[in-house]
Amino acid sequence: MAYNLKEMVNKKSRLASGHRMCAGCGAPLIVRNSLRALKDEDHAVISCATGCLEVSTCIYPYTSWKDCSFLHTAFECASACASGASKTYEKLKRENKLPQDKDTKFIAFGGDGGTYDIGLQSLSGAMERRTDMTYICYDNGAYMNTGTQRSSSTPHFADTTTSPAGKVIPGKVQPRKDLAEIMIAHNIPYVAQTALIGNMKDLYEKAEKAIYTEGPTCVVALSPCPRGWGYPTEDLQKISKLAVDTCFWPLYEVENGKYHITYKPAKKLPVEEFLRPQKRFKHMFKEGNEWMIEQFQKEVDKKWEYLLMMEEITNK
Amino acid sequence: MAIRERLSGNEAVATAMKQINPDTVAAYPITPSTEVPQYFSNFVANGSVSTEFIAVESEHSAMSACIGAAAAGGRVMSATSSQGLALMFEMLYIASGLRLPITLICGNRALSAPLNIHNDHSDSMGARDSGFIQLYCENNQEAYDNTIMAVKIAERAKLPVMVCYDGFITSHSVENIMLMENEEVKNFVGEYKPDQYLLDYNNPISIGPLDMQKDYFKHRYELASAMKDAKKIIKEVSEEFYKITGRKYDLYEKYMMDDAEIAIIALNSTAGTIKDTIDNLREKGIKAGLLKPRMFRPLPWNEIALELKNLKALAIMDKCDSINGYAAPLFTEITSAMYSSQVYVPTINYIYGLGGTDTTVKDIEKIYSKLQEISKTYRITKITNYLGIDEEEVK
Repeated sequence: MAYNLKEMVNKKSRLASGHRMCAGCGAPLIVRNSLRALKDEDHAVISCATGCLEVSTCIYPYTSWKDCSFLHTAFECASACASGASKTYEKLKRENKLPQDKDTKFIAFGGDGGTYDIGLQSLSGAMERRTDMTYICYDNGAYMNTGTQRSSSTPHFADTTTSPAGKVIPGKVQPRKDLAEIMIAHNIPYVAQTALIGNMKDLYEKAEKAIYTEGPTCVVALSPCPRGWGYPTEDLQKISKLAVDTCFWPLYEVENGKYHITYKPAKKLPVEEFLRPQKRFKHMFKEGNEWMIEQFQKEVDKKWEYLLMMEEITNK
Repeated sequence: MAIRERLSGNEAVATAMKQINPDTVAAYPITPSTEVPQYFSNFVANGSVSTEFIAVESEHSAMSACIGAAAAGGRVMSATSSQGLALMFEMLYIASGLRLPITLICGNRALSAPLNIHNDHSDSMGARDSGFIQLYCENNQEAYDNTIMAVKIAERAKLPVMVCYDGFITSHSVENIMLMENEEVKNFVGEYKPDQYLLDYNNPISIGPLDMQKDYFKHRYELASAMKDAKKIIKEVSEEFYKITGRKYDLYEKYMMDDAEIAIIALNSTAGTIKDTIDNLREKGIKAGLLKPRMFRPLPWNEIALELKNLKALAIMDKCDSINGYAAPLFTEITSAMYSSQVYVPTINYIYGLGGTDTTVKDIEKIYSKLQEISKTYRITKITNYLGIDEEEVK
C-alpha cells in the first residue's frame, strides 16, 4: 500500500500525548510514527532501555504507552529482556496457551548510550540468536538524560559535558562509531538508517519493513536533541533535513545484504550547513579551526562514497 | 512411587528442572553450575521438555532474559555461580522489585580475586539483600527437593528464589537420591497462571516505571512485606511437599538441639560434617548440637534465636567474609536476632573453608572443644576466628 500521511495519522497512536519529553525532541516522534507501522489489530510488547524516553513516558502511576505492553528494567538490557519475552511468546503460542489469531510484535527502544555503548553486548547477543524482534535506536549522539555526556555515537569534535571544547582539546577527539554497519555485520535480514524528514514516509516504511520482517531487525533513527545539540525547538525537522542533505546521516537500508540508499540529495550540501546551526559545533567555526570542518567533511564523504559503492556491488 | 537414583547435585537439579518443564530457561556457562544448563540443553534437544532455552551471551543477559520471559507470563529458571551471580547483581534487584517469580539455581563458589573455582558462600551472601528468597541445601536430595519447592514458593510469594548448594562438594558429588514421579512433580507445581503479564493483549500493562520518592519507598516496603510473608508460604509449600514425599522441611533443621549445651550454626554441606562430629561427641557424653538454617532470606530470626536460649556457648560458621573488620553475615545477623529476642549466649564466629578449603571432622571438633571451654569460663577471648589460618604466620 502506498504511503499516505492522512491514513497513517489515523492509525492507532500507541504513545499518548502528555508525556514529559522536551519540546523539539526527536524521540517521541520516532516512537509514535514507527509504532504506527504496526497493524492496528496487532499487539506489541515494548522493551525500553533506561533513558530520556523511559523516564518521561512511564512515571508511576501513569504511563504514556497505550494499546501495547511496556517493560523497562535497566540501561543495558532492553534487547535481552525483549528476547526473553519474544521466546516465551513463541513457546506459549506453540502450546496454544495464547490465541492463534492474534500476533504480538516485540520492539525494543534505546538511546545511543543504551545501544552503542552499555547495551551493545545485549543487542549483539539478541541479534546473533536470531530473536524475532525489532530494535529501534533513537540516536541523539550523547547521554542526554544525564546531561549531555559523550557517547560512542557523539560526532567528531562535538562539545559535550565530558568532551568539552577546551583550550587544549577541541571537543570529542574521536569520530563516531557506526552502529548500522555493526548490525549489518550480524547478517540479520534488515537494517536501516532513518531520520525525521518530510512526511515521515522514510521512517514509517523502514519501521514497517523492520517490524514485519521475520527475525532480528534494527533501525537507527537520528533523533535531534535541542538541549544537547543547541538548536531552537521548532527547528527539529530543519536540522534533520540538513543532516540528510549534507550526507552526515545517509538514509539507507540493507535487506539480506543488499544496500539501498533510500534518499540521494539532488545537491549534496557542505557539512558545515549541518554543523553551523548547532551550539555543540560552535568552536569549529572559530578562526584557526577550519581544519576541523575539513576533517569532518572528509569523514562524511568517505562514508557516502562507501555507501554508493556498497549499493552498486551488492546489487550486481 | 518414588524412584531411587544415584545423581550428582547438578544432575539432580537438572532432573528437577526437567520434571518442572518451565517455559523458558536462559543461562550462561560458569563453573561449577554450568552442568545444569548443559544437562538441560540435552533435554531440550531430545524433546523431553518443551522449554525455550536461550543461550545468552552473559549472565547479565541471562537474568534480563529471565525477567523479560517472566514479565511475558512464563515460568522461568536459570542457573549460575560466583562471578556469574555477581554480573547479574543489578538485575537481581530488578527481578525482585518487579515481583517476578524466577527460580535461580546457585552452585555456590568463591568470588575473585584471586580466581578460585571452588566452594564458599561469597556469591549468594553478596546477593543477600537483593530481594531473592534464599534456600540453602545440605546435599543432593535437598537441592532436588528445594528446586521443586522453589517454583511454587516463588509463584505464591511473587518473589524470585535462589536455591543454593555447595559447588563441587554437592554439585559434582554423586549420592543416592529419591526422585518424585514426573506426574507428581507436574501436579505439585501445577500450571502457572500469572495475574498480569505483557502478552495479555486484552489488558496491556506497563512494567518497571520510574517512581518518585514516596511511591518508591512504598513499593520497597511492599517488597519487604512480601519477604516477611514468604515465611508462611515456605512452611505451607513444605507441608504440601511432605504429604507427597514424606520428606519434612522446616525453616531450619535442628540436630541434637533439644538438650544441647554447646552448638554450631552452619549452612549447606558442612552441616553433614558437623552431624558426624556430633555423633562422635555424643558418644563421649558431650552435649553438642547443630542448627542448620534452610533459608537466609527471609531470615527466621526470632524462631532461630529462641531455639538458642538454653545454650551455654554457640559458634556460628560463615563460609564467606564481610571484610568489615568485625565478623561475617550469618554471625552478625543471628547475633543481632538474639539480642533483639533477648537471648544472651556467648557466641563466636568462625570464617572457614574459603575458596573450597577442606573442613574436616577434626576442624569441627576443635570448634566444639573451644565451645566447651567457653561454656565453663563464659569468657570469649576472640570473637572472629579464621578456621585453619595461623593468623600470626600470615602477619
